[in-house]
Amino acid sequence: MSELKKLYDAILDGNVKSAVALTKQAIAEKCDPAEVINGTMIPAMSEVGRLYEKEEYFVPEMLLSARAMKSALELLRPLLANSGVEPTGRVVIGTVAGDLHDIGKNLVVSMLEGAGFEVTDLGIDVPPQRFIDAIAEKKPQIIGMSALLTVTMPAIKTTIDAISAAGLRDRVKIMIGGAPVTAEYAKQIGADGYSVNASVAVTVAKQMIGLEVA
Amino acid sequence: MPLAISKLDDFICGHSPHPVTCGHGLEIGAGKVIPEINFTLPAMGIDAATWPEVRQIYEKLIDDICVRAVDLEVPGILVEFETLPAMTVAPRWGLEIVEILAQAIDKFHEKHGLKSALRFTPNDIRDYMAPSKMRSGPYFEAMSEAFEGAAAAGADILSIESTGGKEVCDDAIRFGNLRQMIFGLASLAARDMDFLWRHMVEVCRRTNIVPGGDAACAFGNTAMILADQKFIPKMFAALVRVATVPRSLVAYQVGATGPSKDCSYEGPYLKAITGIPIAMEGRASACAHLTHVGNIVQAVCDTWSNESVQYVRLLSAYAPTVSMEHLAYDCRLMNTAGQTREGAILMRDWAVESDAGFDPQAWVLRPDVALRISQKIIDQPTPYLQTRAAAFWAAEEIADAVQRGRLAVSKREDRWLSKMRAEIDELPDDENELIEEMLATPIAAKFIPAEYGLTA
Repeated sequence: MSELKKLYDAILDGNVKSAVALTKQAIAEKCDPAEVINGTMIPAMSEVGRLYEKEEYFVPEMLLSARAMKSALELLRPLLANSGVEPTGRVVIGTVAGDLHDIGKNLVVSMLEGAGFEVTDLGIDVPPQRFIDAIAEKKPQIIGMSALLTVTMPAIKTTIDAISAAGLRDRVKIMIGGAPVTAEYAKQIGADGYSVNASVAVTVAKQMIGLEVA
Repeated sequence: MPLAISKLDDFICGHSPHPVTCGHGLEIGAGKVIPEINFTLPAMGIDAATWPEVRQIYEKLIDDICVRAVDLEVPGILVEFETLPAMTVAPRWGLEIVEILAQAIDKFHEKHGLKSALRFTPNDIRDYMAPSKMRSGPYFEAMSEAFEGAAAAGADILSIESTGGKEVCDDAIRFGNLRQMIFGLASLAARDMDFLWRHMVEVCRRTNIVPGGDAACAFGNTAMILADQKFIPKMFAALVRVATVPRSLVAYQVGATGPSKDCSYEGPYLKAITGIPIAMEGRASACAHLTHVGNIVQAVCDTWSNESVQYVRLLSAYAPTVSMEHLAYDCRLMNTAGQTREGAILMRDWAVESDAGFDPQAWVLRPDVALRISQKIIDQPTPYLQTRAAAFWAAEEIADAVQRGRLAVSKREDRWLSKMRAEIDELPDDENELIEEMLATPIAAKFIPAEYGLTA
């Protein structure tokens, strides 16, 4: 369908209105939802990622594209249950206890969603027990944690220790980030990965679930 | 209404029309640039078990700082203590540290005649709750308790980096949405500033300490840091910087006297408009975050700060002592240049020209640009119209500099400038129109209109 090229362009341009209208049209025309996603939407987001890496796009442009994709995806989601299409991966994410900073974490959420991950955002000031509860409830493959302050960074370790004590450590990979956090610190406290910024987070997440080679 | 400083030759560092005297004879803006030192804890938790260690760290670091300040014969020292969230949630903890710091600077004043003052900056914790209660509730009460206890604990200046409006501005920055940003700054943040600063000024007057100032850190600096990481356009961050001026100005309109906060990069505009002394941070704050405006920010500063530094050991000494030395030498140089007006102007212009052409965020901090846009801002009657004018004229100044080849920008940055100029042109004349529009969007769920004096 030639309209799918328009859907591709709408996602590339971050045009939610067009993306939604064109997806509705595709549904009305009985297009295969898996084909719409895999043949049009994911390639569009890959191109967005390429433009970002080439420094032609900024994050806002990438987020608008991700928003357009998400809006379109929401229309297709009810149809996906029957087609067996799964999200790229499942992530539960939050800013650790005592820390109120979330703009970096929110960027990671948007970028993961844009890459097709299903993300549960627990918000800010998240105590260890809420991460533990979310592992049981959402069954994520990845837990993401961030901290901006030197005095809240230790709460990442506390949370990892609590997840281990709850017997859930083997069920998830743990990715951490935030201004004072380093790759060395991640290793030291037993996290599985560290992301220096939001754009790298997608690559790290894909590596964690075996979709990309480290 | 005229600017407090209207002539470029009068716009120099160390001199402000309305100097502030406080603490142990410390004069700010009265002819010399004063080092302002900040610090924070190393990576550690704050709880009852670690509290004795926390106290010891502050005792040790302030002693080391004061020893170095005396050794380097600084003209004075302003010490800023900015609480960590746990110390505002439990204000008695924050106030205990104020006491430790105040006792130390008292001791060094008594023993060595060190001119000094202590600025206390409780952090804004109202966004612990979402959507936030801005005017009541346990977090506001805890902040108020910190304000009330500041003077008795030994603070000389009260400041804050308030976050009203952040609920919508965070998203606006991520999405590069200037229209939403203007709404957040003008319709929410400026209203919260009016409420919060009337309260803080009343407390300061009653308890006899200086109502310092506020920083648009949650807005301008968030954008600046994301632009530094190349996540968002520098053009966007530059326009946001200038658009924060009317919001920060509110504090001084309701009684704050300065010095402004160090991370208030909108400071030159505030100084031009009100005549208050301003704190600035630049190259010496690389210990806290990187910057593209490291020199130009010193152009008209009155205190010179390091923003924050962790208490960690370096080869020479602990990092706060090292920062103290950086600041002392920077101030010595600025004050030597400032011994003559010609010297002060020459030093200012070198600081300006060394940065201005590299980044639009630097360009809008040029003293001449700040004077021109400041006049355009105060020509407008309301924070909304001032904010719209600030963004408009910032874009005009940048576009003019690009066109004349004085400011180098990439193609994608230039594309964003054109996009944002079109967006500014579409902003309505009537603020209510923008408020109604925003209240009808999903962002309205992020804040409580009544907490900003708005009717839903």
